[in-house]
Amino acid sequence: MATKILTEHINVPGIETLAVYRKMGGYEAVEKAIKKMTPDEIVEEVKKAGVRGRGGAGFPMGMKWSFLAKPEGVPRYLVCNADESEPGTFKDHYLMKNLPHLLIEGMIVSSFALGANTSFIYVRGELLYVIDILEKAIAEAKAAGFLGKNILGSGYDLELVVQPGGGAYICGEETALLESLEGKRGNPRNKPPFPAVKGLYQCPTVVNNVESIATVSWIVNHGGDAYAAIGVGRSTGTKLISASGHINRPGVYEIELGVSVEDFIYADEWCGGIRPGHYLKAVVAGGSSVPILPAERILTTIAGEKRLMTYESLSDGGFVSGTMLGSGGFIAMDETVCIVRNTWNYARFYHHESCGQCSPCREGTGWMEKVLHRIEHGHGSMHDIDLLVDVAKKIEGNTICPLGDAAAWPVASAIRHFRDEFEWHITHPFEATQPGAVYRGELELV
Amino acid sequence: MTETTPNIAFTPERMAKVQEIIARYPAGKQKSALLPILHVAQAQWGWLSDKVMDYVAGILEIAPVEVYEVATFYTMYHLQPVGKHVIEYCRTGPCCTMGAEPVYEYIQEKLGIKTGQTTPDGNFTLKEVECLAACGWGPVFQIREQYYMNLTNDKVDEIIADLSK
Repeated sequence: MATKILTEHINVPGIETLAVYRKMGGYEAVEKAIKKMTPDEIVEEVKKAGVRGRGGAGFPMGMKWSFLAKPEGVPRYLVCNADESEPGTFKDHYLMKNLPHLLIEGMIVSSFALGANTSFIYVRGELLYVIDILEKAIAEAKAAGFLGKNILGSGYDLELVVQPGGGAYICGEETALLESLEGKRGNPRNKPPFPAVKGLYQCPTVVNNVESIATVSWIVNHGGDAYAAIGVGRSTGTKLISASGHINRPGVYEIELGVSVEDFIYADEWCGGIRPGHYLKAVVAGGSSVPILPAERILTTIAGEKRLMTYESLSDGGFVSGTMLGSGGFIAMDETVCIVRNTWNYARFYHHESCGQCSPCREGTGWMEKVLHRIEHGHGSMHDIDLLVDVAKKIEGNTICPLGDAAAWPVASAIRHFRDEFEWHITHPFEATQPGAVYRGELELV
Repeated sequence: MTETTPNIAFTPERMAKVQEIIARYPAGKQKSALLPILHVAQAQWGWLSDKVMDYVAGILEIAPVEVYEVATFYTMYHLQPVGKHVIEYCRTGPCCTMGAEPVYEYIQEKLGIKTGQTTPDGNFTLKEVECLAACGWGPVFQIREQYYMNLTNDKVDEIIADLSK
């Protein structure tokens, strides 16, 4: 039985209430952390656990915590990034609506470890019903003495604020999120200074993803070493994977890092295979920003090894033949998917969501959308393919925040791996069928 | 659908909520309350007219332009009058992979309006939005806080019939 750190009790009736959550061992981490541990000891356990930022960047969480500046007399803030908007990703939505107390408990323990007395959960505004669930749970926790003044008689005070966003993908970028939390447009800030030094209200701030914060309680209860014992190499612990697309069992799965991609797609425990009568063509493994891979490349590396669901294995081969684990937004596509149309759709998304601050992104995303639109609608020329590659290259690395890269990678990778299909679209503008390799146990061309 | 009346004021219950929101932030940082308060305002008036935005600016003691620049940046705020039910459907990749486009065409056909328009009876407005973080249950649309998932034409018929009652 695979270890479940976050979702073990997710199907227990009433788990969204404090009473049932406590019956399942909830809030023990708060008691242990506040009564028996020092803040530094908690940071140390999180470091030992090796847990990496689950929002997509994969930066070691303990290290991020240890960068937090601690000048005398200046408040420090913890901000939870619940602005989940990366296409293909819906794990935080799932976690918060089903297990609100898991996030709140993690927030209390993490805030205590960082010395924050006011902490925020920035939830995307569309999830109004989830905000209600969280606020209700916060009121319960407060009534039970886990929040507010003098928590459990320790002298430690914490207020938890749920902040709604306004519908902007860019606010998932941590400095844009802080701008938004200050009541401004979500324009990312130049770094440095990093939020750890100057974040919310120019005070030291840590911004962590929902799933990252939710793991902290387990780490406090069981120790960082126990967490690090799960997984493979530097990919420690478990990860929530949002599985969508043409699979038999879409949903959110908590996996131990290290499961093979093939098992994840075909085993009944997870996706349960591709829908009947159809075959895997391509996968976007970590949310729409990461490079798309054709079936054979997502299942095996270029060296012929089975690819695993780990940070390292998915990125094996770099961007030439690999991709990224990212946020764990796993979108599987069968042979009915038109890669050109799909790429155009994502290009339109990034164009819509670019904040407009940096010219390469503001202009480049628009050009990519426009060029892909004309290829998809039968007016493309062969030159357009190289033009797309060129525009993508000029966006990448030339913007304040990673949205530019996130817009460039899906386009560049689609052309890298499915160039035939783009050419086919241009030479056969109004024909529906597309060439491409699919996986039927072994690789076949259709 | 009509212009908001000149006497703009939050209802007493909403004003209490607004004050409670402002109190969440450190002294002098009341501008942080802007996004949440604009949601409250939209819940009361349905959309954000210039007058409503000026009113919010007054409450927060900030310049009106600080409200306009935020309201125009975030897609959830309606800057034009909208119908009673705003159908916000997800047009992003994973939903489209699951066959969202024909369903959305069907909705437009059924309501006799295009995306961005409101039905003549003022009942429905159609709006395209980007990923709603419910990709495993696509196609998806949202009407206020309610998510409607795994949409099909039949399901759309049911939902619209239900809301038209």
